[in-house]
Amino acid sequence: MEKILEVENLQVSFHTYAGEVKAVRGVDFALEKGETLAFVGESGCGKTVTAKAVLRLLKPPFAEIKKDSKIICNGKDVLNLTKKELYEFRGNDVSMIFQDPMTSLNPTMKVGKQIMETLLLHGDMNKAEARKETIRMLEMVNIPGAAERIDSYPHEMSGGMRQRVMIAMALACEPDILIADEPTTALDVTIQAQIMELIKDLKERLNTAIILVTHDLGVVANFADRIQVMYAGQVVERGMTEEIFRESKHPYTWALLNSIPKATNELKEELYALKGTPPDLILPLEECPFAARCQYCMPICRERPSLETALSDSHKVSCWLTHPKAPKVTSYYDREVK
Amino acid sequence: MGNENIMEAQDLCKFFKVGKKQVLKAVDHVNLSLKYGETVGLVGESGCGKTTCGRTMIKLYEPTHGKVFFEGEDISRLHGRQLLAFKKNVQVIFQDPYAALDPRMTIGEIISEGMNVHFKLSAKEKEQRVANLLDKVGLNSEYANRFAHELSGGQRQRIGIARALAVEPKFIVCDEPNSALDVSIQAQVINLLIKLQKEMGLTYLFISHDLSMVKHISDRVGVMYLGGMVELADSRELYEQPLHPYTQALISAIPLADPEMGKRQNGMKLKGEIPSPINPPSGCKFRTRCKYAMEICKEEQPKLLEVKENHFVACHLCGDTHGGKDAES
Amino acid sequence: MYTERNIEIMQPDIPPGMFQIIGIDKQDNEILARPRIGYWSDAWRRLKKNRIAFLALIILGLLILMVIIGPGISGYSFEEIDSIAINQTPSSAHWFGTDALGRDMFARVWQAGRVSIIIGITGAVVASVVGCLYGGIAAYFGGAVDDVMMRIVEALLSIPYLLIVILISVVLDSKSIWTMLLALTLTGWCSIARLVRGKMRELKSQEFILAATALGVSPVRIVIKHMIPNTIGMIIVAITFDIPGYIFSEAFLSYIGLGIQAPSTSWGALASAAQQTFMFYPYQMFFPALMIALTMLSFTLLGDGLRDALDPKLRK
Repeated sequence: MEKILEVENLQVSFHTYAGEVKAVRGVDFALEKGETLAFVGESGCGKTVTAKAVLRLLKPPFAEIKKDSKIICNGKDVLNLTKKELYEFRGNDVSMIFQDPMTSLNPTMKVGKQIMETLLLHGDMNKAEARKETIRMLEMVNIPGAAERIDSYPHEMSGGMRQRVMIAMALACEPDILIADEPTTALDVTIQAQIMELIKDLKERLNTAIILVTHDLGVVANFADRIQVMYAGQVVERGMTEEIFRESKHPYTWALLNSIPKATNELKEELYALKGTPPDLILPLEECPFAARCQYCMPICRERPSLETALSDSHKVSCWLTHPKAPKVTSYYDREVK
Repeated sequence: MGNENIMEAQDLCKFFKVGKKQVLKAVDHVNLSLKYGETVGLVGESGCGKTTCGRTMIKLYEPTHGKVFFEGEDISRLHGRQLLAFKKNVQVIFQDPYAALDPRMTIGEIISEGMNVHFKLSAKEKEQRVANLLDKVGLNSEYANRFAHELSGGQRQRIGIARALAVEPKFIVCDEPNSALDVSIQAQVINLLIKLQKEMGLTYLFISHDLSMVKHISDRVGVMYLGGMVELADSRELYEQPLHPYTQALISAIPLADPEMGKRQNGMKLKGEIPSPINPPSGCKFRTRCKYAMEICKEEQPKLLEVKENHFVACHLCGDTHGGKDAES
Repeated sequence: MYTERNIEIMQPDIPPGMFQIIGIDKQDNEILARPRIGYWSDAWRRLKKNRIAFLALIILGLLILMVIIGPGISGYSFEEIDSIAINQTPSSAHWFGTDALGRDMFARVWQAGRVSIIIGITGAVVASVVGCLYGGIAAYFGGAVDDVMMRIVEALLSIPYLLIVILISVVLDSKSIWTMLLALTLTGWCSIARLVRGKMRELKSQEFILAATALGVSPVRIVIKHMIPNTIGMIIVAITFDIPGYIFSEAFLSYIGLGIQAPSTSWGALASAAQQTFMFYPYQMFFPALMIALTMLSFTLLGDGLRDALDPKLRK
C-alpha cells in the first residue's frame, strides 16, 4: 500500500523558563492510504506534540523542530514548505480535530460560516455552492435539521453536536489524512460511542487515513489498525492492534493494559499500578526512559535504551527484555511471553 | 436503635433558579443511604446531577427540599460547634486537580489548613503530620515546600486526598477524582483510596462517569439521569443484570479494551441527545431516548421500586408489574 | 529495521550480569527536577524578560530618584527668585532654563514632580484600598447586598469627576493637595471595586474555595488567606494603571487653575504658568510636559508587563 506520510527522526523541544524540554525524542512512523494509526500514551508522552508537528502547528521560537527531523506527506517536504504552500497543505492534505469542542469552535461565528470559511479558502466555489456543500457535510455527520442548524452558534449546540461540526469542518476538503486528538475525551460515554461510529463510517466512505491520538485503550481496540505506544517522547512499542493487545512485549504496554479494571478483577482488588510519574523531559535521560518505573529493570537498561527489535513485520519493540540474554518474563497480564 | 447508616438522603431535592422563571432541577427527589465502611458509586452523564447530589449531602449546597441525616442527626439542624464537627467528619475530593489547590499556598499549608481548624497542634507536630500524610499518599516529604503548579495532575490529586485525610474524616465524597488523570495514574489513585478505606474504615460516595472504575471500587452503584435515580443495585448485579434501559445503554457503550469483544459488542446505541435539565420531558425523563417507551411513560414518572432483592429500578417496564417495595424506606 | 540477531551481532560483548533484573530504585521516583519557584520570584523573572516593561521600570526608577535628589543637586532652591536671570533658555548655569521670575526650572521641575507623583500614587493607592474593601464585601455577601452596592457604584461612575472636584473645592473653600486628593478619589475607587468584586465572585466558585469551606475554615479566614492573595496580582496591576490617570487629572486640574496653587507647584501648575509665554519660551512648558508624558507612559507600560507577569496562567 502506498505510504502517504513518512516521519523520520522527529525531535521537538520547548524552550521554557527552566530550560529546554525535549518533548519528542526521535519518533519515526509511516502511514498508508486509508489506514488508522493510533498514538497511545499518557500526558506528556509527546503524542499530541507529534501530531501537531505534522501540521506545523507548533510556534517557534518557543517550540523548535530540530534540523534532523523529516516529515514527508504526499511527496511534500512539510518542514520546508513556504507559508503559501503550508496553507494549501493544511485542510487539503491533512486536517485535525481537537479534544475540546467548546474551545475549538469560534463562539462568535455561526457554525455554517466556520465550515464555509474552509471551503471558500481551499476550493474554487462561490458562496452559494459552499453553502450547499456545507449542508451536505452537516447531513453527512448526522446533524438533524442541517439546513436550519447551519445558522446556529456553537453555544446553542451540545458537546456531541459541536464535535460533529468539527469533524465536518475537518473533512470539508476531503483531506487524505485526518488527525483526531483525543476526540472523545470530553464527551459523555453514550455520545462517545456515537462519535466513534461516525468517524469510522466517514473513514470508510472517504477512504481517509486517520491518526488517532488518545490515552483510552478501549477506543483504540475497536478502531485502529495499528497502534504505536509512546512514552517520554519516544515510541516504545508498535504493531497491529491484535499484536499489541494479545502479545505486547513492553512493560509499559503491560502496565497500560492492566490499569483498566477488567471483568476478571475481584471487587476492590488492587489494580496493577505503576509507581511514580513519567520523567521530567527537561532531563537528558541517557537510559531507557521507562527504567525508573519498570519492575523488570536491568543494569543494561540504566546504561542505554534498547534499539528497536522487530518481532514480526509489523510488531516492533524497544526493550532489553527482547535480547536473547535477558530472562524470560511473563506479563502480569497472564499471557505467556515466548 | 443502632442505625448502621452513616449517611442518609431522604427525598433530596436541589433546584436552581435559572433566568426569569425557569428552574433547574439538578437533584430531583433522590433517596440514598450509605452504610458504614461501604462505597456507593454514583454514575451518570452530564447534567444528571450526581455532583450536585454529592455536594448537597455534605452541606456545600443547601437542599431545596428533603433531608440529609449523618449518623442519625439531621444536618440542617447543625450549628456552631456541631457543624464544625460535621465538617471534620465529612470531606470531599474534587475532580479538577488544577482548580482544587490554592495556587498561592505551599503544599504544606494546603494540607495543614484543615488541621488548624480542628486540632490544636504545635508547628513541629503539624510538620510531622504533614510529612506522614505525604508519605501515606506516596509522595516525598520534600513536596511540602513546593507549590501546586510544580506538580503533575496525579500528584495534585494525591495532595487533595492528603488534605481531606488531614482532618481524620469518616466519610468522603470522591467527586470524579479520576476524570482529569491518565490511565496509569488513575490506577494509583484508586488503589490508594481502596487501601485507605481498608486501613481507616472510611465510607465513600464515589461519583464518576467512568463505569469500569466505579464498578471496581463500589459495593453498590446508583445510576442517575437528569436529576433522578433510575437504578440502584449491588455493583456486580448492576453490571451483569441491568434492568433500566438507560443503564443497559450506558454499560454497552463502555469501550472495551479488547479487540475481540469489541467486535461482538452490539451496543444499545442511544439515539438523540441528552435533553436540557431545565426543560426535561414529562413523565419519565428518559422516554425521549428509550426504545421501549410506552404511553404511560409520557404521563407518569416511574418510582424507584425494589424489583429484586436489593435491586431498585425506576421504570414502568419493571416496576408496576412486580409490585415491588418502595425504595429505601 | 533490526532483528533480534542484529542486536546480538552488534553488541556481542554485553556481560550477562547486565541482564539481572533489579527492579525499581525508589529514590529515582518523583525527583523534583526543577528549581523551586514562588509566585513573586516567578513574576519578577517574567517581568525582567519583558524588555519594554523592564525599561519602563528603570525609567520610573530614575524619575523617582531625580524627584528626590533633583532639587538638591541643582544648587538652586526652587523658590529662589533671581530678577536678573529671568526667562533664560537652558544653559550650563540653569540646565532647564529659568522661568518668568528667574527661578531655576531644573529644581522646579523636580520639586513639582514630587507633588505630581505623590498625588498619583497616593490617589491610586487610597482609591484601591477603598475599592477593594467595597468590592470584597459586595462579593462576599452576594445577593441583594451585592446588587445594591453595585448600583451605587454605577451611579457614582456616571458623574463626571470634574463636577465633583469643583463642588468640593467650593464647599471646602480650599485648593490644597488634600482637597484635590479627596475629590479625585471620591469616585476613583469605583472601577477597582468592580474589578475586585468580579474577581472574587470568580474565585468563590473555584474548587479550592469550596474545599476550604468543606474543611470548616471560617469565612473571614477564607477571604484573608485565599481570596485576597489571589486578587493581589490584579490589584497591583490596577493600581499601576490608575496612577497615570491621577497624575494626568492633577495636571489637568492644575492647568485649568483648580488644582495646586502657588507657592506649591506641580507639573500641571508649571505647564499652566508657562502657557502664556509658550510661543517665546517653549522650554518652560516642554520640560514639565515631557515629565508628565514620560511618567504616564512608563507606568502604563509597566502595568502592562506586570499584568502578564502576575498572571499564573501565562507562565510557560
